[in-house]
Amino acid sequence: MSNEIALGAGAGLTTELAHEHHEHHEHHQSFLTKYVFSTDHKMISKQFLITGIVWAFIGGLMSVLFRLQLGYPDAHFYWLQDVLGKFWVDDGRITPQAYYALVTIHGTVMIFFVLTAGLSGTFANFLIPLQIGARDMASPFMNMLSYWFFAAGGLVMLSSLFVQTGPFSGGWVAYAPLSAVRDASPGSKTGMDLWLIAMILFVVSSLMGGLNYVATVLNMRTKGMSMTRLPLSIWALFFTAVIGILSFPVLFSGFILLIFDRNFGTSFYLSDIYINGVGALPNEGGTAILYQHLFWFLGHPEVYIVLLPAMGMASEIMSVNSRKPIFGYMAMIGSLFAICILSFMVWAHHMFVSGMNPFVGSVFVLLTLLIAVPSSIKVFNWLTTLWRGNIRFTPGMLFTIGFVSLFISGGLTGIWVGNSAIDIHLHDTYFVIAHFHLVMGVASMFGMFAGIYHWFPKMYGRYMNNTLAYIHFWITLIGAYLIFWPMHYEGLAGMPRRYYDYSSWESFKQFAELNRFISTVVIITFATQILFIFNFFYSIFKGRVVKDKNPWGATTLEWTTPIRPGHGNWDGEIPEVHRWAYDYNKDGREFIPQTEPIGADETEHH
Amino acid sequence: MTMFLTIAVIVLFFLVIFQIAKASEYVGVLKGEKETRKQANKINGFFMIAFLVLGLIGLYWCNELLFKKTLLVHPSASVQGEKVDSILWITLIITGAVFLATQILLFWFSFRYQEKENNKSYFFPHNSKLEFIWTAVPAIVLTILIIIGLRDWFYFTGDAPKNAMQVEITGKQFGWIFRYPGADGILGKKYYKEIDPATNSLGLVWKNDTTYNLKDDPATHDDIVMEQTLYLVKDKPVKFIIGSRDVIHDVGLPQFRLKMDAVPGIPTTMWLTPKFTTEEMRKITNNPNFDYEIACDQLCGNGHYSMKGIIKVVTQEEFDIWMAKQKPAYYVAFPDKDPDNKKATDSTAKQPTMAATKLLNNTVAKN
Repeated sequence: MSNEIALGAGAGLTTELAHEHHEHHEHHQSFLTKYVFSTDHKMISKQFLITGIVWAFIGGLMSVLFRLQLGYPDAHFYWLQDVLGKFWVDDGRITPQAYYALVTIHGTVMIFFVLTAGLSGTFANFLIPLQIGARDMASPFMNMLSYWFFAAGGLVMLSSLFVQTGPFSGGWVAYAPLSAVRDASPGSKTGMDLWLIAMILFVVSSLMGGLNYVATVLNMRTKGMSMTRLPLSIWALFFTAVIGILSFPVLFSGFILLIFDRNFGTSFYLSDIYINGVGALPNEGGTAILYQHLFWFLGHPEVYIVLLPAMGMASEIMSVNSRKPIFGYMAMIGSLFAICILSFMVWAHHMFVSGMNPFVGSVFVLLTLLIAVPSSIKVFNWLTTLWRGNIRFTPGMLFTIGFVSLFISGGLTGIWVGNSAIDIHLHDTYFVIAHFHLVMGVASMFGMFAGIYHWFPKMYGRYMNNTLAYIHFWITLIGAYLIFWPMHYEGLAGMPRRYYDYSSWESFKQFAELNRFISTVVIITFATQILFIFNFFYSIFKGRVVKDKNPWGATTLEWTTPIRPGHGNWDGEIPEVHRWAYDYNKDGREFIPQTEPIGADETEHH
Repeated sequence: MTMFLTIAVIVLFFLVIFQIAKASEYVGVLKGEKETRKQANKINGFFMIAFLVLGLIGLYWCNELLFKKTLLVHPSASVQGEKVDSILWITLIITGAVFLATQILLFWFSFRYQEKENNKSYFFPHNSKLEFIWTAVPAIVLTILIIIGLRDWFYFTGDAPKNAMQVEITGKQFGWIFRYPGADGILGKKYYKEIDPATNSLGLVWKNDTTYNLKDDPATHDDIVMEQTLYLVKDKPVKFIIGSRDVIHDVGLPQFRLKMDAVPGIPTTMWLTPKFTTEEMRKITNNPNFDYEIACDQLCGNGHYSMKGIIKVVTQEEFDIWMAKQKPAYYVAFPDKDPDNKKATDSTAKQPTMAATKLLNNTVAKN
C-alpha cells in the first residue's frame, strides 16, 4: 500500500483494506467493540498505556504531595486543604495518616499499575505479535479480560482513596501484622480490604496477560522466526512474563492467608500481639516473617518484571539508532536468562535484618551479588554497541542512553545493600530509596518513555513533537539525578525511610534544607511530565503524520506492516523471516530487514 | 489571588513552550527531515558531553556540601560498626571507579559517535574474548566483596561474648520499653496476655494465673523495666534481646551502624560494643545536643516517625550508681512487697522512691 493512501484517507481505509483480507473479522465495529471491549492486541496495548499514564499521573502527584510535607514540614497549605479536604490536609498541613497513605499508594500504584501493567502490559501486547509476525495474541479474548481485570483493580484502588478511614497506609509491602490487624492503624481497616481486592484483581490480570504472552511467543512466530532470531525486546518481554507467571501466584497465596487472618480469625502471621486500647489478641503461633517470605518471593522478581522490558526495549532502540547490531546478542539473552533464574533466588535480601536465620541470610548475599554479573554484561554490551556507532539522537534513543546511565548509577549501589554487612547499617534508610528509585523506578520509567517515543509512530501513525520530547528528556534526566543522588548522603547519615517529619531528630534534622531542595526539584520534574502527557495526547490527534512505513530504518517486522495496521496486522500473507534482527551496516548496507533472504555473497553471520 | 497568578504564570509558561515546540516542528518540516535530524543531533550530542562534565562537577560539589553531614565523618560508635565502615569504603571505592568509568564512556561514546555524514558504523556483533573478560572480572571482584561481607556478617550475627550484659528491648506503637535482668542476671518469663499498660507493660509473669496456667516466675521480681532512655556501658559488650508488643518495629542505631527488626512472637538478637560515652561523642561530633537515638526503621503506623528512644552510654562507675537507684518493676507494681517500704511501714505513707515514681509516671503517661 502506498503512503498516499495512508496519508489521505487515514485509518478508515487501511482498516478496510485489512478487512478485505480477513473476512472473518467483523466488518462494522461499533465504538464499544473497537475501543472498549476490543480484542485487537494493538488496541488493548493502547488501553494499558493510557490507563498506565493516568495512574502514573496520580502516583506522581502523590509523590509531589508527600514531598511537600518533607520539604516544607512547617508550612501551612490552606489552599490544599480546600482542594483535598480535612482528612488529607488539616490546618494546612498534610496529616500523618494522609502522608503514610500517600507513600503507600504511590508505591503500589507505581510498581504494579504503572511499571508492570503500564509497561509490560503495553509493550508485550503491542510488540509481541508485531515483532514475531503474528496476527494477534494466542487468546485475544483472555487478553481483553486481562485489561479489564486491571482496570477493575484500578477502580477499586481508586475507590479506597475515598473511604472514611482512608486508604491503606502500611507501606506498599503491606507487612503483617500492621496490615493484618484492623486496629493497628486506621489505614488497615476498610482501606486495606480494598487494597487487597484491587491487588488480587491485578494478579489475575497479570497472570492472564503473562500466559498469553508466553503462549504467543512460543507458538505463533512466523515462518523462519526461530527463537534466536527474535529481537531482544521480545526475549525480555518473554522472560518477564515467565517470571510473572511463576511469582504472582505466591503473592496471591500470601494475600489469601492475609485475608484469612483479617477476617476469619486464623493466625498465619499473628502471634503475641497486644494492641494499645484494644488489649491482647487471641492469635498465637503464627509468624510475621512468613508473610515477608511470601511477599518478597514475588516482590523481588517484581523488580525484574519492571526492569526487563525496559532492558529489552533499550537494547532494541539502541541498536536501531546506533545503526549497529546489538553487541553480544547471545550474551544478552544469556544474561536475561540468568537474571530471570537468579531473580527467584534472592528474595530474602530484603529481610537481612528481619530476624531471619543469619546463615540463610549469607546464602542470599551470595546469590544477590551474583546478579551483578549478568547486569554488568548487559551494561558493557550496551557501551560496546554505542562504540563506533553512528548515533541518531531520536527521543527514544535519548531515553535509552538515560536508562543505561540510571541503571548503572542505581545498579552499583545494589552491590552495597545486597551485602548484608552493609545492609545492616543502610537497610530502610534513604540510601535504599535512592538505590531502587534509580535502578528500577526511574530507569524503567525511562525505558517506558523510550518505548513510547520509539513506537508511537507505529501506534498512532503520527510522530510526537521532538522539541517537547527533548525538553522532557533533559529536564527529567537532570531532575532524576538531583532528586535521588543526594538521598544517598541522607542514607549514609542513617536517615530512615517513611518518616513524616525529621525535625525532632538530632541525628537527621541537618537535612532540612536539602529536603526542601529535593521537593522543589520534584515539583519541576513532575510539571515536565505533564508536558509529556500533553505531547502524547496532542500528538495522537495533531502530530506530524508518518509518511514512511519504516521511519527509523529498522529491520524488525513491525515496520513491514501498513502505517496504520488493522486488526490482523498484515495485509495478505505474514512475511517470512530469513535473518536475525540486527543486520545494520552489514556488508556496507545501511540495514537489511529481517524479511530479506540471505544473499549468495553475504558474509556469514546468523 | 497569588494562587491564581501562579497558575496563570504556569499555564502561560506551558503555552510558550508549546508554541515554540510547534513552531520548531514547522521549521523542521520546511527544512526537511535530514537537515532537522542533523541539527537535533548536534544539539543533543553537545548536551551529552555537557551533561557529563557538569554532572561530574555536580558530584564533586554535592559531596563537598553533604559529606560532612553523614555519619562517615566521625568514627563508628561501636566496635562492630568499624567493620561496617571498612567494607562500605571498600565497596565505595570499587563501585565508584566502575561508576566513573562507565558513565564517562557512556556519555563520551554518545558524543563522539553521533551521526555524521559519510560516517559508517562498525559492524561488530560480538567478541567472545571481550565478553569473557567482563564476565570474569566482575565475578572475581564480587567474590572478594562477598568473602569480606560474609566474614563480617557472621561476626555481627554470631554469639555475643560471655561477659556481655543483657538488655531486652520491646517495641510498641510508638515507643520503646527496656528491661534489665536485675541482680540474678536472668530476664524472667513474660506472657503477652498478662500485659497491663499501667503496671505491667511487658506482661511479666509475677503472679500465679490459672486462666493461662502460669506460675509466678521469681526471676521477674528483680527485673528493671523502663522507657525512653537506655543506659549502656562504654567498652562493655551488650546483647539486645529484641521483641515487639504489636506490629513489626526496628531497632535502628545509626551511630552504631546496626539495626534489627522487632517482631511480635519471635525474639531477635543483636550485640554491640559501644566505643564512646555520650559525653565523648558530643565532643567528637562537636554537638552539645548529641544523643544516641534509637530510630524505628520499620513502618509501624502513623506515629512511626516519632518512635524515638535514647541511649546513654556511660562509664561503668556512672552506670553502677545509676543502676543502684533503680527499683525493680515488681516493687513498683506491688509496693507492699518492697522491702524498702516494709522497713518504712511506720512512716506516714508508702512512698516509692523517686526513680520509681518517675518510672511509674512514665509508664502511665506512655500508655
